[in-house]
Amino acid sequence: MSEPNLTATAELIALGVPEAPRRLPNLNRAPFEIRALKSGFLTALTWIAALLASVPLFSVIYRLAIEGGSRLDWEALTALPPSAFEQGGGFGNAIVGTLVMVGLATLISVPIGIFAAIYLAILDPDSRLAHSVRFLSKALTGFPSILAGVFVYAVLVVTMKTYSALAGGVALAVLMLPTVVLAAEQAMMMVPKKMKDAAFGIGCTRAQVIWKVVLPTGAPGILTGVMLAIAGAAGNSAPLLFTALFSGYYLTSLTEPTASLAILIFNFSGMPYDNQIELAWAASLVLVMVVLVFNILARIIGRQKH
Amino acid sequence: MASHHFDHVDRSGSVSGPPSAGDYIFDRGFRGVAWLSAVFILALVVYIVIEIGGKALPAFSEYGFGFLTSTTWNVQTGQFGILPEIWGTLYSSLLALIIGGVFGVAIAIFLTQDFLHGHLAAVFRTIIELLAAIPSVVYGLWGIYVLIPLLRPVANWLHGEFGFVPFFGTSLSGPGLGPAALVLAIMILPTVASISVDALHQVPYKVKEAAYGMGTTRWEAILKVMLPTAGSGILAALVLGFGRALGETMALAMLIGNSNQISLSLFSPANTLAALLASSFPEAGPVEVRALMYAALVLLAITLIVNAIGLAVMKFATRKFEAER
Repeated sequence: MSEPNLTATAELIALGVPEAPRRLPNLNRAPFEIRALKSGFLTALTWIAALLASVPLFSVIYRLAIEGGSRLDWEALTALPPSAFEQGGGFGNAIVGTLVMVGLATLISVPIGIFAAIYLAILDPDSRLAHSVRFLSKALTGFPSILAGVFVYAVLVVTMKTYSALAGGVALAVLMLPTVVLAAEQAMMMVPKKMKDAAFGIGCTRAQVIWKVVLPTGAPGILTGVMLAIAGAAGNSAPLLFTALFSGYYLTSLTEPTASLAILIFNFSGMPYDNQIELAWAASLVLVMVVLVFNILARIIGRQKH
Repeated sequence: MASHHFDHVDRSGSVSGPPSAGDYIFDRGFRGVAWLSAVFILALVVYIVIEIGGKALPAFSEYGFGFLTSTTWNVQTGQFGILPEIWGTLYSSLLALIIGGVFGVAIAIFLTQDFLHGHLAAVFRTIIELLAAIPSVVYGLWGIYVLIPLLRPVANWLHGEFGFVPFFGTSLSGPGLGPAALVLAIMILPTVASISVDALHQVPYKVKEAAYGMGTTRWEAILKVMLPTAGSGILAALVLGFGRALGETMALAMLIGNSNQISLSLFSPANTLAALLASSFPEAGPVEVRALMYAALVLLAITLIVNAIGLAVMKFATRKFEAER
């Protein structure tokens, strides 16, 4: 294997290197050496791991398209959920409920999140308050979503004595908040210092600099964060279990139990009736499409700034 | 107002001027609102902890620490204990961490060590990130109707041939720990992968060049140089992935079987703290709600500790490279 590389040695001697060693290490490629084989083996394993890891995504999407697609029609999108032995039906009220609660959560979390991010990124980034808020926001991203439900149950459901869309929206807002804060902070920190300095230089107040320079410049990044937060909230069901509960009817007020797609899927998936299970697949298809649309929008907006 | 400071300046013919009273109020108000929002987040987290802690207090004073070591959950007799749930939470999360961790780190290596052309790597990264976007309930549904039927023959064969191994001690009849942990692994994989990718990206490029310059193979460079250098960042990824797994609810509530038992077997039904909350809370009476609040506090404590450790490790990892630069 390691016979001396005579050509290389000869070349070195010809180049006038005076003390060319007798035996140079083998500098040729040795694709069947143990080290190289080991490297190739691990490379193959990594490829397999990477391909295996993308199987679930495609499997989920494929099954959703097959099982959900066959059932997805106008009736499924607009009708009310069927009772046990009933045929047909749909999940129109759950779509409305999800939209209303996610909308509510967005209205609550986005303004607070962006203002908090302004404080963290621009007004006082190194204060003790900023450091603790930043740490807590990061900790909140790993906060189990069901505990947001427990919290809102204790605070709102018990005091209002009813499950409600409002409680569901607040629970989702708690989960959206850290995503919005961290993404908005990141986006605003990316705004070049020169732009801010230029604005200060012409006599802007801090609020004017933020309002007229930092926010518009950071808008794509902020919007990306908001979209991702919305996508996450739309798919999140755990906090709705005992804040919004479920309802068989269209929503008429914010203070009554409200249906959502995720809870409908959860309830129907465990039922022994084919009709309900088919609807659960169709509802999953709708939910995944909503979530993916927001995700992809977020990526497109996020990419534009580069 | 500050405007009188500028009174001596001759401003005739100039469009500039000091901030007007309106500008001044806007500035003050704007910054005030920003400060309030930051304080709000701080207060919110404190409030969450106090609220859950406060609601758990009655149950804590009634059941004490025995709650953590007792194995019965009986609403009729008022006996509550969450040892099986603590066991199930830790066991399923650990399994998920092993599987999701191996795959996650492998994918992070795959994405950062020039296995793919830049454009393809971006596409693949998107695919992995979209894994995290699929809602938990949809994974639950997929698990029930796709994964469990797929696993059942394999599991039952393993039980038949290797039933003496504790991990295969029971057959898989439907929901169980194994399928739940597998889905959990899929769900935490993107977290582990993306934080590990960041950690590997932080390793200065010259470190890798130096390794290649010494004549290492690609994998010698990865295993002996890149991974140890990015080690603390990858550790943070694993800890945060573990924290994510501990709190995951819906898919587990649908797949784990909600059974109050402690078993090493991968195929026996089990329960987790989050799944217990999800399945019992909506129909619970006041006595059970108090016990559930205690369980929620335990879950909160476990996840807060794990996440805090993860964030601390991550901070340490980032700082290491900042110091080197």
